[in-house]
Amino acid sequence: MLELQNISRKVGDEVYVDDVSLCLQRGELNILLGPTLAGKTSLMRIMAGLDKPDSGSLRFDGRDVLGLPVQKRNVAMVYQQFINYPTLTVFDNIASPLTVNRISKSEIASRVAKVSDLLKLGDFLQRRPDTLSGGQQQRVALARALIKGADLVILDEPLANLDYKLREELRAELPGLFAEMGAVLVYATTEPTEALVLGGNTACMFEGKVEQFGPTLELYRQPAGLQTARIFSDPPLNTLRLHYRQGELRIPESEQLIKLRAELNDGQDYTLGVRPHHLCLVRHSPEDIELRGEVTVTEIGGSESFVHFEFQNRAWVALIHGIVKFASSEVVSFFVQPRHSLLFDQSDSLISNSTAMIMAP
Amino acid sequence: MKTVNNKAWLMVLPVLLLVGLSAIIPLMTVVNYSVQDSFGNNEFFWVGTEWFQEILHSERFLNALQRTLLFSALILAIEIPLGIGIALAMPKRGIGVSICLVLMALPLLIPWNVVGTIWQVFGRIDIGLLGHGLESLGLDYNYTQNTFDAWATIIIMDVWHWTSLVVLLCYSGLVAIPEVYYQAARIDGASRWAVFRYIQLPKIKRVLLIAVLLRFMDSFMIYTEPFVVTGGGPGNATTFLSIDLVQMAIGQFDLGPAAAMSLIYFLIILLLCWVFYTLMTVSDQAVSATKGRTN
Amino acid sequence: MATIELQAIAHRYDSGHGSAIGDAVIPFAVNALDQCWPDGGAYALLGPSGCGKTTLLNIISGLLHPTAGSVLFDGVDVTARSPEQRNIAQVFQFPVVYETLTVADNLAFPLRNRGLPTADIDSRVASVLTMLGLQKQANLKARDLTVDEKQKISLGRGLVRTDVKAILFDEPLTVIDPHLKWQLRTELKKIHQQFQHTMIYVTHDQTEALTFADRVIVMHEGSIVQVGTPQELFEKPQHTFVGRFIGSPGMNVIPCIVEGATAIVGEHRISLQASLGSDFDNSGLQNTELGIRPEYVRLCQEQGLPAVITAIEDVGKHVVVRVNVAGHELKVIQREGEPIPRNPRVWFEPGKMNLYQNAHLVEAAQ
Repeated sequence: MLELQNISRKVGDEVYVDDVSLCLQRGELNILLGPTLAGKTSLMRIMAGLDKPDSGSLRFDGRDVLGLPVQKRNVAMVYQQFINYPTLTVFDNIASPLTVNRISKSEIASRVAKVSDLLKLGDFLQRRPDTLSGGQQQRVALARALIKGADLVILDEPLANLDYKLREELRAELPGLFAEMGAVLVYATTEPTEALVLGGNTACMFEGKVEQFGPTLELYRQPAGLQTARIFSDPPLNTLRLHYRQGELRIPESEQLIKLRAELNDGQDYTLGVRPHHLCLVRHSPEDIELRGEVTVTEIGGSESFVHFEFQNRAWVALIHGIVKFASSEVVSFFVQPRHSLLFDQSDSLISNSTAMIMAP
Repeated sequence: MKTVNNKAWLMVLPVLLLVGLSAIIPLMTVVNYSVQDSFGNNEFFWVGTEWFQEILHSERFLNALQRTLLFSALILAIEIPLGIGIALAMPKRGIGVSICLVLMALPLLIPWNVVGTIWQVFGRIDIGLLGHGLESLGLDYNYTQNTFDAWATIIIMDVWHWTSLVVLLCYSGLVAIPEVYYQAARIDGASRWAVFRYIQLPKIKRVLLIAVLLRFMDSFMIYTEPFVVTGGGPGNATTFLSIDLVQMAIGQFDLGPAAAMSLIYFLIILLLCWVFYTLMTVSDQAVSATKGRTN
Repeated sequence: MATIELQAIAHRYDSGHGSAIGDAVIPFAVNALDQCWPDGGAYALLGPSGCGKTTLLNIISGLLHPTAGSVLFDGVDVTARSPEQRNIAQVFQFPVVYETLTVADNLAFPLRNRGLPTADIDSRVASVLTMLGLQKQANLKARDLTVDEKQKISLGRGLVRTDVKAILFDEPLTVIDPHLKWQLRTELKKIHQQFQHTMIYVTHDQTEALTFADRVIVMHEGSIVQVGTPQELFEKPQHTFVGRFIGSPGMNVIPCIVEGATAIVGEHRISLQASLGSDFDNSGLQNTELGIRPEYVRLCQEQGLPAVITAIEDVGKHVVVRVNVAGHELKVIQREGEPIPRNPRVWFEPGKMNLYQNAHLVEAAQ
């Protein structure tokens, strides 16, 4: 178990990591999700012992490891770039973490065989890494991390440099591999889809802070705040500022309003968040909120269409199942079910029962 | 990697001690000499800044300084453009690369005094290939008599010896430029000059700075080669600061003025290096504030 | 703008220097391609890395000279011309900017190289700055910008030229964050709709290709396996590779035997919409497969083939259910909130099944 308490790190005036507390269990996959510069890599470097935080404590299995250099921590890392020893064969590459520890040759051979089977590298053991494809090279790097039997395995966007389809394949394989390792696993990614496919727990990071930490799906379905919902939405979350007065949420400078069952603070602003795939072209029930927008561009992606439209001077996008085409600047009605709309208060926290509060206009 | 590990200090301790013994203590000795006078018998008198004033007002020093500055300026003006030019002309791949690199490295491997001796012999009118050759072509060449010939010989010798350093540094910068930059430039219809000005030069600026600093410091402190070839002559024509300094300190045993002069010499080098550095990095300042962070 | 035509294009890379390896050993990176891309369209070259898509793009731009065949712009053979003579623009995977120049000077660079009058340059640069939303950054040094802004400059250097024949993109969004990818792609699409440049976009990312292009060219091992609209690629993949590569998850492909208008998977019979007719060779030696998209497989209790659920992956907007049917793994997409039956059967939507023989689509005889 890896415990981080109030970890902060600043370099010059820039805050890299801002008061992060996390508790990561062995055998579970922990994902750090956030855009570039959110502090994912900085936090991982602190976990590995490559950097020292300015404040806070770091415990592994109850032991304080803050002063312990990386060499003594039994950490394995896999980077975005495929890092292998170019002059060694795949076998020697995978075996490299073991050879420093005086392990017998037969033992090494059997462990390499096991790991290479798992990662489907059996046929390439005598080749050099540079003769392999990108996906295979990254598998070699993963195998090296696996064979080490490390307590902490850190994966920093390991699939980012791979082809789309290869990424899909490895994504599907990884959770199974991780389950076998029994280590604390930390995995950084910028892509919400990747986090959802991998499952496990997710920490949403933004500007050095952990916005929220919990089971991945739970975070996705019930984000505590607007920032988490934003990070966890691809295509981007649609948002709209609303004004509350006398039981009604009003869209500024518009006749449109949303009626509520419960009371909110009178005279305050709220933010409505709608995930693109929750916008439909047909009304499912009379309760649905209707949003009329002017289409800017329609993109077609296989089985679905992304309709970009302008709504209240904001760029919105709807993910529609099937192929639809609209002319540019056509005015179209989109519908969202009340149970799918997220309502955030002034401090951008989710109003917990907001879905039950919204009524039909 | 910024691992905090105090053991690292122990590792550098021997070097620190060595530097202390070999650099700081001698430097302090020089400082000590520069403010005192001695009439032998190990008796010293405090003279304050007298030596410094004397040196700064001495025509001999100012002449030597002028000569040295001119020499450095000529060296930089020739070697830097020539070095860049050769680096640009060198092949980027294939067997030619290693041939060129070996050829370029050869002059760098020869010790200073040997270079001096080679050119001294090479330039002699009676037996030297260059000197005798020019003589038989009817050209009046004599580096021991003619100031221009002496300068030309020393400058050509230095260019022959050190241009390859500039070449190698620039070449390392040039080969690190990704191919797409050239492709984009071709598509933008950039001329050869525009490619150099807007792609190659900005990318090799950092190594070029190192080259300029190294060549400046080296040429400003040049001693062995002119000492071997011309011995500072004809007359004082090639008496550079370093030669003058040695003459004063060892030839005349004027320790006080020599110490003051070496300190001034040292400060001039520091000052000029700082000027070069600031001039060449001034536009990078803004960048370093926004860059330097990857995540 | 120009219509781009490829005639019997083939290319293979040298093995380096010398020809120690015989010609026959070096495979073609691109092989015997004939294509015609009409003026003003948005095209995507889609395929995995190593399929030859970048090679093909560089042949069109003139950065690479093909081993055989010719490239025609508006009917004029330009094979021997250099990139600048062809008058194309190209945006690369990693943003290429002239770091010491300001944003405005970067955009003016290609125009100055061509010796345009200053007044024209200024007005063109101003309009492109507005188009890309870079007015505020106009006087900043290009190296001080973020990656996505730099990539916009790369694009802008193409847009600024009024006479450019085509704008080519080589995986331009690789280094951009997911959120910004959306923004940039939408902007690109808008610019295309507004100005109707001929655009060719190379990518391995199906979403990028399908959302960007009117016509997608799918490449596999140096050859074009299908050219079609996003819808055609999705509904009627010409090759099992296309089926698997496009869609996430890709098409389910399972071996089967066909008898008239019935496909037999294991012991189960599935009726097809149309009979394949007598010309369909079903001797059993030919490798026959049935392809069905996960989107068109339904989990139900009454009809269809008995299945065993092996895994359920909830990815937010939908759930991917992996099932085992007669020894073959199938993926099923369930909408958010749809119930998953305990002992399900899988049912294939009629009309959405495709038959493949030796990996190629068998057109149903109507």
